[in-house]
Amino acid sequence: MITGWLPPDASSYGRDIDSVFRLILYVVGAWFILAEGLLVAFVYRYRRRAGVGARHITGETARQAAWILVPAAVVLMLDLAIDNAGAGAWREVKEEMPVSQLEVKVTAMQFAWVFTYPGPDGKFGTADDLTSAGKLHVPMGAVVRLDLSSLDVIHSFAVPNLRLRQDVVPGRTIPAWFKATRPGTYEIECTELCGEYHYRMRASLIVQTPAEYQAWAHKHWPAAKKSAQVDDRRLMAAAQ
Amino acid sequence: METHQQPEPGFLRRYVFSSDHKTIAKQYLGIALFMSLVGGWTAYAIRWQLAWPATVVPGYGVVGQQFYNALVTMHGTIMVFFVAMPLLLGAFGNFCIPLMVGAEDMAFPRLNMLSVWTFFVATLVLLASFFVPGGAAASGWTGYAPLSDNPAYTHVVWGQTLWILALALEFASFLMGGVNFLTTALNLRAPGMTLWRLPLMVWFELNGTVLFLLSVGPLIAGAVMLLVDRLLGAGFYLPAKGGDPLLWEHLFWFFGHPEVYVIAMPGFGIMLEILPVFARKPIFAYRTIVWSAIVADGLSLIVWAHHMFISGMDPRLATPFSITTILISVPFVIIVFAMIATLWGGSLEFPSAMLFALGGLASFLLGGVTGIFLGSQSSDIYLHGTYFVVAHFHYTMFPVTFFAGFAGLYYWYPKMFGRMMNERLGKLHFWLTFSGFYLTFIPLFLAGLGGTPRRIYMPSEYVLYKPLQPLQVLATAGALLMLLGQLPFVINFLASLVRGRAAERNPWRANTLEWTVASPPPHGNFAGEPTVFRGAYDYSLPGRTTDWAPQDTPEPATLAAAG
Repeated sequence: MITGWLPPDASSYGRDIDSVFRLILYVVGAWFILAEGLLVAFVYRYRRRAGVGARHITGETARQAAWILVPAAVVLMLDLAIDNAGAGAWREVKEEMPVSQLEVKVTAMQFAWVFTYPGPDGKFGTADDLTSAGKLHVPMGAVVRLDLSSLDVIHSFAVPNLRLRQDVVPGRTIPAWFKATRPGTYEIECTELCGEYHYRMRASLIVQTPAEYQAWAHKHWPAAKKSAQVDDRRLMAAAQ
Repeated sequence: METHQQPEPGFLRRYVFSSDHKTIAKQYLGIALFMSLVGGWTAYAIRWQLAWPATVVPGYGVVGQQFYNALVTMHGTIMVFFVAMPLLLGAFGNFCIPLMVGAEDMAFPRLNMLSVWTFFVATLVLLASFFVPGGAAASGWTGYAPLSDNPAYTHVVWGQTLWILALALEFASFLMGGVNFLTTALNLRAPGMTLWRLPLMVWFELNGTVLFLLSVGPLIAGAVMLLVDRLLGAGFYLPAKGGDPLLWEHLFWFFGHPEVYVIAMPGFGIMLEILPVFARKPIFAYRTIVWSAIVADGLSLIVWAHHMFISGMDPRLATPFSITTILISVPFVIIVFAMIATLWGGSLEFPSAMLFALGGLASFLLGGVTGIFLGSQSSDIYLHGTYFVVAHFHYTMFPVTFFAGFAGLYYWYPKMFGRMMNERLGKLHFWLTFSGFYLTFIPLFLAGLGGTPRRIYMPSEYVLYKPLQPLQVLATAGALLMLLGQLPFVINFLASLVRGRAAERNPWRANTLEWTVASPPPHGNFAGEPTVFRGAYDYSLPGRTTDWAPQDTPEPATLAAAG
């Protein structure tokens, strides 16, 4: 019911992040209901009634204190379970960088995203680099590596459908990766306040089947179809 | 300590340049309440814009994107630094600490006066920043550099500089106040007032104060560097000049996270003080609560980087900070369960003060548990920077600031002003505030789950969030209800000053020392130095005719012999 509010997941690791979310939801949901339930029950049950006084309970004896210390011990255990699940997903998404099939440089600036492809030769800084403002085309099933940098202030590269978010900080190049699992067009947003037109700093992620992606690539990189075909086979293999 | 009554000073020294902690408390209270109106006014414009984008906001006109950014920046700054701090520390800390420990005033009354006047200047500087060319600061209440650093990025020149100055003055003010709180509570305690007999309100004010003193230093250094960057072009935070933007984030959050607890602690102190009075029962596990608060304070100093999981810092730092963050739930579970256990077996009364204390507790629970989602490094990747964060921190900060703050006002108003507030208006105020609050922020949790980013001028323009627009409208309806709900309070507060029923010494039949003196207490507080014989929570002791026992009444044995 609550997880239904999340936008559809279109990445390989989205499911792992969502399962951490779900674990936390069940754990804290149960505690929340327990605590609120007790609170409401006590407020009702122990409301002032004529002739019934309060009991002098200090909670200082071990037997009484157990009512709060035992729940705290259980919470400690659950905390560690949440930490453990969270650490696993985090390692996968942020710490370990899988071998990528496509590398794109992402440059953030007030108030636009610019994507630079290495072109058919697979190298940046050569004549066949392709630059696209506002549209990031990627093939489904391929591991895409992004190298994020900013020309001015801090931005944040976010694609809710991918469960991907990474701040982009001037003076550094920060890597990120994803593998899209569903074709479609998804919103790329800046989610760090970056100035007057922050709210317009959006772009599109276009996830295509490998064949469609190749068609797009060929159209824009007519110079070197040969090496692009080498790419084809790698992408096809990756998609399977 | 002198045992005679001090002479009453003249008008100016009594009401304006007073060094009496009670007057200073009221001055802080006045500024805090005024600034909460300003903060509420910014919230109103923000919420209107989000529900009905680019329409005329009644009383404002159309809110543009630049002004919108200034509004969200100033809303956060005002509510945290110019409402929560002066209300919970400035007003309640100043009023309660000397009275509760049995002192005639603060340890350094003139320093205390300097503190409130410094804060007054800070407030003027902040308010002035709305009216300077370029408008108020627009880089968020967190002031992330380089956005806040180089005016070229926001076109805000004076506004941001005044923002830094106002915060610097505010920190200076609360440093002076903090020194006073600490010294007074430790050195001016009346005979018999041992540390383990201190009311929890005093313990929690101390916890907040010590935490503030420990954490604010790095941010002061950070703010000076930001100021030097802006005025002299130093470049501490500008990569082009060899600086690093993440330095600001670390310095800001090293203070910024403990700051949450600086505010939460006094808020909890108020709720903890009120629950036993209206449950007619001792607080459950007094010492365990105090130790838990100290542990929470200590932990809060090593959790700051949970605001920075995705900031670009080394990702291997995330998991250690996630562990410390989530561990903070343990001391808070103890405190919250102790509060609930205090109700168990009680004889509960529900005046406005108790309603607000219970409402604060019930609401903080949701704020606390939703923090786990954000403290977990992995689910934070998705939720970071969304309305889920906005809803979460309003569910923590609003209960400790406003629910607890109002609880404290309804509770101590008779002592502060010598008159009772109207209970019917108080209850109306509670139910309007409570329902408006839930109607505002429950939809925002859902908008956040849907991914809606905060600080966005027009979320309705996004493909993903257009369908979620009804949530924004609901939230605005809630905010309007909540703002409307403050009318009964304003009327009640002002009218009771002149028309309220005269308050007796101890209208709530409470145990702490402030209720043993006249309402309002005279200059110098106590006619003679009080002697303390017991802890603050001896309610419903068996074998007594009354169900309370003020701290200055002798042990039961003596009393039984006397009676």
